[in-house]
Amino acid sequence: MAVIRLGPSTYQFENIRILAAAAVGGPKEGQGPLGAYFDSIWSSELKDHASFEVAERHLLLEAQDLAVKKSAVPWESIDMVMGGDLLDQLASTNFAGREHQRPLLGLFAACAVFTEALGLGAMAIAGGGPRNVLAAAASHHMAAERQFRFPIELGYQRAPTAAWTATAAGACLVSGSDAVTGEGGVSVESVTFGRVVDWGSKDPNDMGTAMAPAAYDTICRHFEDTGRSIEDYDQIYTGDLGVFGVRLLSALAQKDGKHWDERLDDCGRALYAIDKQDVHNGGSGAGCSASVFSGFIYNRLLKKDLQRVLLVATGALFSPTTYQQGESIPSIAHAVSVRRL
Amino acid sequence: MPLIFLWAFIIGGLLCVVAQLTLDLFPLTPAHILVLFVVIGAILGGVGLYGKLVAVAGAGASVPLTGFGYTLVTGVGEAVKTKGVLGLLTGGLTAAAGGIKAAVLFGLAASLVFKPKV
Repeated sequence: MAVIRLGPSTYQFENIRILAAAAVGGPKEGQGPLGAYFDSIWSSELKDHASFEVAERHLLLEAQDLAVKKSAVPWESIDMVMGGDLLDQLASTNFAGREHQRPLLGLFAACAVFTEALGLGAMAIAGGGPRNVLAAAASHHMAAERQFRFPIELGYQRAPTAAWTATAAGACLVSGSDAVTGEGGVSVESVTFGRVVDWGSKDPNDMGTAMAPAAYDTICRHFEDTGRSIEDYDQIYTGDLGVFGVRLLSALAQKDGKHWDERLDDCGRALYAIDKQDVHNGGSGAGCSASVFSGFIYNRLLKKDLQRVLLVATGALFSPTTYQQGESIPSIAHAVSVRRL
Repeated sequence: MPLIFLWAFIIGGLLCVVAQLTLDLFPLTPAHILVLFVVIGAILGGVGLYGKLVAVAGAGASVPLTGFGYTLVTGVGEAVKTKGVLGLLTGGLTAAAGGIKAAVLFGLAASLVFKPKV
């Protein structure tokens, strides 16, 4: 285990692995094209829980517990839990901590929190700190609606560029245990932490446009620091730019003479059947990239469909208050490079 | 008399078209539309134009958001005639009391049938 600083924002690791991953989704996510990749699909948005917020917490707990069980590492050996969600005061992450009783680092980077946790976890392990870190993120459609678009009962029209917050959670158990060696696993190779990018976009119903420049910035700096190009990756998955955001990211690259189209995909776009499920721009939410990675992408890596993937989760860092005060939407993207061993 | 139904349909629909276009063409939220249309209705009512629209289109003009602004202003006008300056304060909500009370009652009724706290 070691951590090497490749550049101002990129760190490379040796022998850091994802031992197990688990994804839990709501009914709409189960009906989507990636439904089969989820470990558990809820039959309803509430699943007998008293409120949407309690439901989100249990989505997270279920994903965390499934990931730990699949890894065969006992809960007591989880040295650190990292992650976040979209609710005020990180309610889901913190209240889940009340149940699992492991050391907890709650993080906030809006929908980019999963890669922040994954990268930070890998870095902590590689630095010789914790041995096992559980990185997780969750979101619930109705809880997020209440957080950002209250009152939900108003049922206002969604703009064509609006994203659909996913009811989903994903968790990965990252480990640096030297006992685990050999082929067949998935390693966390490197992380590029993003900086806050704000091109002045003000429309909270079009977060793809606000976040695409942040994704572009982080991907470019990742390539610069690692000396790689898009050809080194089978696929780059951005987290939640959606249909319009990916198009914009592709156009930004095109402007600089880079052709990214073929290898560029997006977790929010992949999660739903865009034309059939009435999700407009596609999925979003902290649980979107977390579950798409922990379910779909991780399994494709295991099945050898993919060799190396760059996961670039993106987050819009506005709050309902800053939006109401007329501020633009600052965004961030954290990129984690994962590879099948 | 059946002609008023046709006008209600046309005028009410046109008001909704204007609201929809405002929402689509400008970076505004439904809350902005709500405030904007009530204010516009109040202004048009105040200068005497909206009353003519209500006379022609009935519910087609009184039910949309602009109709609420018109009701507030009309109520103030009538209350000032009978109560003087005090009417400025009491007239608006007195005229709108039916609508407001109905909203509260139907809200309560819905909360008894469905689960309001989730």
